[in-house]
Amino acid sequence: MSNSTEHPIHFKRLQREESASFDRSTLDYIHRASSTGLYEIRGLGAKRKLPHFDDLVFLTASLSRYPLEGYREKCSTRTVLGTRFAKKPVVLDTPITIAGMSFGALSANVKEALGKAATAMGTTTTTGDGGMTSEERQSSKTLVYQCLPSRYGFNPDDVRRADAIEIVLGQGAKPGGGGMLLGQKVNPRVAQMRTLPQGVDQRSASRHPDWTGPDDLTIKIQELRELTDWEKPIYVKVGATRVFNDVKLAVHAGADVVVVDGMQGGTAATQTCFIEHAGIPTLAAVRQAVAALQDLDMIGKVQLIVSGGIRTGADVAKALALGADAVAIGQGVLMALGCNRDSYQQGGQTHSAEADYTALGTQAGYCHHCHTGKCPVGVTTQDVILEQRLEPDNGAKHVKNYLKTLTMELTTLARACGKQDVHHLEPEDLVALTVEAAAMAKVPLAGTQWIPGHNLG
Amino acid sequence: MENLTFDLSRQSVRELNQHLHGRPESLLGQHVEVLHPDGAHNIAVGINAPVSVTIKGHAGYYAAGMNKFADVTIEGSASTGVAENMMSGKVHVKGFASNGAGASAHGGLLVIDGDAGLRCGISLKGGDIVVGGSVGSFSGFMAQAGRMVICGNAGDALGDSLYEAVIYVKGEIKSLGADAQLEPLTEADTTALADLLAQAGLGHAPTDFKRVASARSLYHWNADADQDY
Repeated sequence: MSNSTEHPIHFKRLQREESASFDRSTLDYIHRASSTGLYEIRGLGAKRKLPHFDDLVFLTASLSRYPLEGYREKCSTRTVLGTRFAKKPVVLDTPITIAGMSFGALSANVKEALGKAATAMGTTTTTGDGGMTSEERQSSKTLVYQCLPSRYGFNPDDVRRADAIEIVLGQGAKPGGGGMLLGQKVNPRVAQMRTLPQGVDQRSASRHPDWTGPDDLTIKIQELRELTDWEKPIYVKVGATRVFNDVKLAVHAGADVVVVDGMQGGTAATQTCFIEHAGIPTLAAVRQAVAALQDLDMIGKVQLIVSGGIRTGADVAKALALGADAVAIGQGVLMALGCNRDSYQQGGQTHSAEADYTALGTQAGYCHHCHTGKCPVGVTTQDVILEQRLEPDNGAKHVKNYLKTLTMELTTLARACGKQDVHHLEPEDLVALTVEAAAMAKVPLAGTQWIPGHNLG
Repeated sequence: MENLTFDLSRQSVRELNQHLHGRPESLLGQHVEVLHPDGAHNIAVGINAPVSVTIKGHAGYYAAGMNKFADVTIEGSASTGVAENMMSGKVHVKGFASNGAGASAHGGLLVIDGDAGLRCGISLKGGDIVVGGSVGSFSGFMAQAGRMVICGNAGDALGDSLYEAVIYVKGEIKSLGADAQLEPLTEADTTALADLLAQAGLGHAPTDFKRVASARSLYHWNADADQDY
């Protein structure tokens, strides 16, 4: 009775009802946009939750299927790319390749480490939007050379000393957009290789300078074949958007190999709106690409490489089961080198990198500041001090271990599905855990016969 | 000088190019005539030797593409991407050139006696281009280094997003692209022009040309400026 003039106690509680539309990340976005007048640029790939390979599981062998002995029986991982026209196809010991990442985005030490790891694992590494460095050519037994819209550092001598050529139309992180390398990473060597003034905020072209459309691309591919006397496989890489049509056109244009990069694919720098809101998930892209190859009767003739958020051996196995011939990994490989780790190894010692993450306004585990060139672990940098934090031999060892682990996981799952060759994995080995994944991957929802949009009635 | 003839009405572009990719020592000083090109694509692509080639007629896409060291003459017109990504040597088109002529050329000299189409000298990276006639729109787009001499007129958006390449124009410029600006002609410019015009065998007076170069306002992000791009 004495409290009759006061509010009941529960109204005194701090009111913190978060808005779903205007949540804290949206508030941060609006506050940042209103102070800078410029879109946010960052590295890595889509951070939002998307239908992914995690939404699929394998139906491994039991009574109706017969498994192979996991530790004893042979399970081939040999992969051949470029069998359609090239006189010298690329032969790999594992279907896991290293995705194209530029010298400029990455340090020369990192490029060397990737080359060494790929060579040790019998797989390929790939140049990027900045030309071929001597370090990566020397350290890579089999090197894929990208032909990008910018043509930075592109030259016929490097085409001739490459083992395959990848014509890049786009990437999953920013399909339809060109490259970006902010001035702090355009050091003298990067600037010289790209014929640019040192320190410019470099934004590369999004369209190739000398061809437009699929008919032109056909002739461009022939030009590269003529230049290399029809020896080297020619890949065409597309960012996953209209995958079915784009893959058909790439095949029609004469590609030996098509590379499809889903929206989880990474970048060293691009607008966040691109990373999160353009392209389709890798899971959906694989099946569309396979459907395009089936439509043209090109399964086994034109190979498919899938990339974009591939992290584990299980991801690789699922991509292969859905019809990919190989995968390419970018971000996972950088993380193997120490990306987002709280420490780095230099001179045989482990050093904390936490202060450097703090200086970037972030923390190990959340960092996507590749665009700043101030990578605390020396991976995505051109800084003379920071780049020393990644020692090529140490980095190569970590990447090799990572790729080795993935390959072992891949064969473990393949054997359990009764396959003597990882390329024998098939969609029938998979079911989906969500309706979305079932619809995208075109495999049944677990425990049902139901593939949304298919076998209706 | 050793002369060799390839007749593309009977032989393939593949045979021609395979020959042109022979050992540089064996090609040194050789002259190759290409008969009946009839617009075939990829003629004389990827030469890596000081050989001279005359194409007796019209060439298709990417004629003399990625040339190094060779001297290639096209006695007709050239389609898209003539001398694209040239590294060194000389390519001379006696007729007209289509789109993307000299695209991303890192070195060498491309001479076009007639007009050139859209995007002439796009992404130029150090090569030189002399056009006796006019060029289409978007020429010199994102050109990074090298020089373009245009003796006729230029279309829309000339030199859009230029870096350090310089464009000289004698005639009218329909419009300049973003960040391209007219600048006074210096003595170094007239010397360069005289040299390039002489190499192209053209008799224009260097002082009749205008200089177009980058205002360099797009070189860096500017958070406070209106984003024009």
